[in-house]
Amino acid sequence: MYKVVRKKVLNPTVTQMEILAPLVAKKAKPGQFIILRVNEEGERIPLTVAGTNPEEGTVKIIFQIVGGTTELLNHVNEGESITDFVGPLGVPTHISGKKKVCVVGGGVGCAIAMPIAQALHAQGTHVTSIIGFRSKDIVILEDEFKACSDVLHVMTDDGSYARQGNVCVPLNEMLSAGETFDEIITIGPLIMMKFVVAAAKPYNVPVTASMNPIMIDGTGMCGGCRLTLNVDGKKVTKFACVDGPDFNGYEIDFDEAMSRGRMYSDFERHAHEKVCNLFKKEAK
Amino acid sequence: MALEPKKHEMPTQEPEVRAHNFKEVALGYTEEIALAEAARCINCKNRPCVSGCPVNVHIPEFISKIKAGDYEGAYQEISLSSALPAVCGRVCPQETQCESKCTMGIRFEPVGIGRLERFVADYHNANSKVAPVAPESNGHRVAIVGSGPSGLTCAGDLAKLGYKVTVFEALHTAGGVLVYGIPEFRLPKAIVAKEVDTLKALGVEIATNVVIGRTLTIDELFEEGYEAVFVGSGAGLPNFMNIPGEAYKGVYSANEFLTRSNLMKAYLDDPVTPIMKGGKVAVVGGGNVAMDAARTALRLGAEKVYIVYRRSMDELPARKEEVEHAMEEGIDFQLLTNPVEILGYDNPEDRRDPKNGFVTGIKCIKMELGEPDANGRRRPVAVPNSEFALDVDAVVMSIGTSPNPLIKSTTEGLEVNSHGGIIVNEAGLTSRANVYAGGDAVTGAATVISAMGAGKVAAKAIHEALSAK
Repeated sequence: MYKVVRKKVLNPTVTQMEILAPLVAKKAKPGQFIILRVNEEGERIPLTVAGTNPEEGTVKIIFQIVGGTTELLNHVNEGESITDFVGPLGVPTHISGKKKVCVVGGGVGCAIAMPIAQALHAQGTHVTSIIGFRSKDIVILEDEFKACSDVLHVMTDDGSYARQGNVCVPLNEMLSAGETFDEIITIGPLIMMKFVVAAAKPYNVPVTASMNPIMIDGTGMCGGCRLTLNVDGKKVTKFACVDGPDFNGYEIDFDEAMSRGRMYSDFERHAHEKVCNLFKKEAK
Repeated sequence: MALEPKKHEMPTQEPEVRAHNFKEVALGYTEEIALAEAARCINCKNRPCVSGCPVNVHIPEFISKIKAGDYEGAYQEISLSSALPAVCGRVCPQETQCESKCTMGIRFEPVGIGRLERFVADYHNANSKVAPVAPESNGHRVAIVGSGPSGLTCAGDLAKLGYKVTVFEALHTAGGVLVYGIPEFRLPKAIVAKEVDTLKALGVEIATNVVIGRTLTIDELFEEGYEAVFVGSGAGLPNFMNIPGEAYKGVYSANEFLTRSNLMKAYLDDPVTPIMKGGKVAVVGGGNVAMDAARTALRLGAEKVYIVYRRSMDELPARKEEVEHAMEEGIDFQLLTNPVEILGYDNPEDRRDPKNGFVTGIKCIKMELGEPDANGRRRPVAVPNSEFALDVDAVVMSIGTSPNPLIKSTTEGLEVNSHGGIIVNEAGLTSRANVYAGGDAVTGAATVISAMGAGKVAAKAIHEALSAK
């Protein structure tokens, strides 16, 4: 069992938890993920590590409530435990040697982008961060990004907070004004990452995208997380759990990844409603 | 008394009934049938069956004990060689192992050794009240990577010798392929759990949720005081055919399909883990895993299930009984047939059409058997202009696996062959001192019993190395 040491509501649909898992806390690096099960009958879901405290033995996760399992997880309180927590999985984000990096996060993807930005900042990299959200009420981690970024752009789609527009707006402005980066690291919705790649392409800036496909075991056994890369005109199948989750943004077939990501969307909606109804019944 | 020429038939659930439930298909011999079948063993002098068994179970001895009505004694006799009798009696390909060597088989059908083994193991599980006792510790610590058949066997043998054994398992449940791969209707999970409990009673510690190569490395295991490590991490990444359409929704690897159903219980009516149920399903491949996937699809409610295999019935690598069961249940065998493309739904008018990207069919080509290849198996060759399509909603690729790179890439000095399998000597020792390996991680996809054999060999070698210290 893995104890929830601290829990914090970041916005109405996004929660942060720090979970006691000393072996994982000792090893996890930015860009890696964990897989958890809330209870004995539970589903396995992957979540990216949002930070660690090796001394305390805790691992920070930030998740958006989208389906049954995340709803269930959100009902676990401080001091209570979840059944399984395994990791760290995947290859850490390559950050060493980079002098100037632009980190582009979207929505809850900012939770994954944050530890990468922090690690870059800690090694002396010049960090430009662009974080984008749908609207004001779901803005998260602004202070954390402020603390580790040399330049920070906060965007909202509807303009209800900071600047109106998507993350590509400031990215385009910077690139067209002659700004250069060793690399752009992007984490967020697939459609956003696809557009970040398109924005960077005319300027030949390398783009790394962090993928979060459907997964079961997370150790390279099931192949559910496979995605297609176009490498020098050839299609190559890769597994996000062992080969990734980071991939060269120019090679990823985003359209295919988006389609595959919707495989169980009806099921997820139904599962979420089911769990919500259960909790409503309990509350009565 | 005249010898019965035929093996006693295994009582099974009726095909029409079992095709709709996940309960075990084969029901096991009754005492009466077991006694009659045991009487078919002529206790021949040269005992060829024993050499046909990868772990050399004392077959004539245990059958003699059945004849005498000493079923617990028969179990103890098997236990001397096999850590998992209830498992082997169910999943071993006896027809190519012990039973293929049986003297009775020269003129008649061989003795039903596997069925008798299962009878004995089930008798023991139902009646034995003697709990295994952990032997006195010899103070040596051994780490086992993976809780599949090779790891559990290695752990069991070492624990019985007094070693302090920890088994590290990446998933949340112990058993490896026995729990994520082989379905309930062929190997009930309660049986695997019982075998694992027996090991725990012997003092084996099972650490789930630890991925060796990530959570801990093999070097760190030595730093923590383990004196030897056995790697039984199993086969790894599922293979795909690299044909167009494999990214469509509804294309699964057999590992994914079976893991969702078996380990994650997606077969339940209102499951927590989703799986595609119903419709028409094509399973590509002809091994035991393919049979398991096809029969699982049927039980999940598929209206039609195809096995698509590029060679003919004679070359089907699956266990004979599984093929027979699958045919009885109505699985449609499309033999000498090879997929060339998976077809999917695409509505160019409406990119938001929810059906977009889902599988609609599989395009195949007819094959014929050509010249034998290097292994003597006749190579299938495509028949020109023989393409045809099957309408299906899901495709399950069951064409083998490639070794997982995780342990190799995090263990310096661990050598692997060109296929990625860990290289070992005849004692199971790898290129790294005190690191042993066995099972699918070494051989690529093979059988439960050969993995158990490898676990046994390594346990013996580890014992020799550590007791000489």
